[in-house]
Amino acid sequence: MSRLYADIHKRIGGFGLNVMIKSDASRIGILGESGSGKSMTLKSIAGIETVDAGHIEVDGRVLYDSGSKTDLKPQKRNVGYMFQNYALFPTMNVLKNVMAGLGRATDDNRSKAMDMLRRFRMDGFEDKFPWELSGGQQQRVALARIMVTEPSLILLDEPFSALDSYLRDRMQVEMLEMLEDYRGQVVMVSHSRDELYRFSEELFIVSDGHIIRHGETKAVFREPWSAVAARLTGCKNLSSARRIDGHTVEAADWGITLKLEREIPPHVNYIGFRAHSFEPIWGEYQENCVKCDLIRVDDLPFEKNYYIRTVNSDSPLCWFVQGEEQKVLDARGLPDYLKLNEDDILVLE
Amino acid sequence: MNSFIELAKTLDWSPLWISLKTGVVATIISFFLGLWAARKVIKKDYRAKSILDGILTLPMVLPPTVAGFFLLLIFSRRRTFGIFLNDTFNIQVVHTWLGCILAATVIAFPLMYRNARAAFEQIDANLVYAGRTLGMSELSIFWRIVVPTAGPGIASGTILTFARAMGEYGATSMLAGNIPGKTGTVSQRIAMVIQDGDYATAGFWVVIVLIIAFFSIFLINMITGKHMKNVRKW
Repeated sequence: MSRLYADIHKRIGGFGLNVMIKSDASRIGILGESGSGKSMTLKSIAGIETVDAGHIEVDGRVLYDSGSKTDLKPQKRNVGYMFQNYALFPTMNVLKNVMAGLGRATDDNRSKAMDMLRRFRMDGFEDKFPWELSGGQQQRVALARIMVTEPSLILLDEPFSALDSYLRDRMQVEMLEMLEDYRGQVVMVSHSRDELYRFSEELFIVSDGHIIRHGETKAVFREPWSAVAARLTGCKNLSSARRIDGHTVEAADWGITLKLEREIPPHVNYIGFRAHSFEPIWGEYQENCVKCDLIRVDDLPFEKNYYIRTVNSDSPLCWFVQGEEQKVLDARGLPDYLKLNEDDILVLE
Repeated sequence: MNSFIELAKTLDWSPLWISLKTGVVATIISFFLGLWAARKVIKKDYRAKSILDGILTLPMVLPPTVAGFFLLLIFSRRRTFGIFLNDTFNIQVVHTWLGCILAATVIAFPLMYRNARAAFEQIDANLVYAGRTLGMSELSIFWRIVVPTAGPGIASGTILTFARAMGEYGATSMLAGNIPGKTGTVSQRIAMVIQDGDYATAGFWVVIVLIIAFFSIFLINMITGKHMKNVRKW
């Protein structure tokens, strides 16, 4: 049995949640769009949402089991939950917020809470009220409030979505630092692939109430297997695909035929290619190339996005160029062709 | 002015104490009952909510005399429940101060209940969930998170309840009657002296009522305002 085992079945109206999350990793990510069921999964583990059937276990302790009718109250689950809006109690100051989960206001509990605030560099703020704090400070208080109760599992529900982009980057690093000494597992739910790529060792991708791919985070990004998972992991270019033979596949939306060394599985439905992976080719046409027929350029602070015409006007290819490569482009002008190197071609279901 | 002071000296002050006592006791009862009912009702599903809400709000919508009629029907010493209360517990409601409290509570309670319910429904459910995952008991979540966060709504409910209970006339006159020194409240005294054509005494009482009404509202606003750190100006 894994440290975290959550087999959750739940139906709400027309939506069905059927997920299985089994992991020994200490940092677990759940990636999905809003409405995919990722937050509901987290709430089910915490016991905030009721579950129709299944089994939830953390470190060998059964929290829920429909067979034996075990269903611990959230109070008894010892699972910490950080809400998207942090849910700090607005009428309590910082210290009282952190002490809320400790029961009676004894001196012992007060010093425990103060220690935790010191650890999160929030000492000196104990008399402030939540609305007097910045988003990042609120997040630290929310995490301190959870950590002080010594939970056996911590759940983070879109922890960075309420922050502006500058703070978001900083808090992502800070979050990893704050959780460094924590021995238990942490599950983070997000729709942001960047956050989860940075955070999680093991990644689960959820779509429409199902886990469609899971595995070691980097492996999932490298080989998403399905078009949905490829899109969620940030693959900008997807084309429907038709397998011609064992080593040839037609990418219909791009109007090209790709030749691959590796064996193409019979169930290929899509071809994906990441926007940063194109190789610019000046001069002669080569195998697995598309003509670099520019539609539009978007100029961003640190990169340029080129949109390249294909046979299907609804799906132009996106080519994202940064740094050194852009300098080459500035010097030599646009290439004649863009090459799709085999290692970067995603063969998808 | 002199005649005013003269009037104050010779006045029977008992209606003031009866009204104040009735208002305070009815407000305290309504406060706890209203919070309890609001908490129960918001947990029900849509259908049960609508029915319960209708029943609990009815006394406010009905003319007070209709509520008085029903109360009389229940507590009359000639009817089953009234006889039962009298014989078993030696409790009399009709024509007693208890009748004043009961009438005022029934009429004013919906104001407390509705305000509390509206305030509870505005609360971010995540606050309650957070309390649960932190291991706080449901009771502790209610008194330490829900009630303080709903503070402004509950305060306004309390003020309105007190004001309504203080001024109750229709149901009180039917159930408790207007017995001087026992059930004669200020509003009943005003009606009585006006019937006698004594506008000076009526005016005197009106001034007293205005002062009390204003200061009670001011007082509650001051007390609650200090603790409402989460209320922002906008």
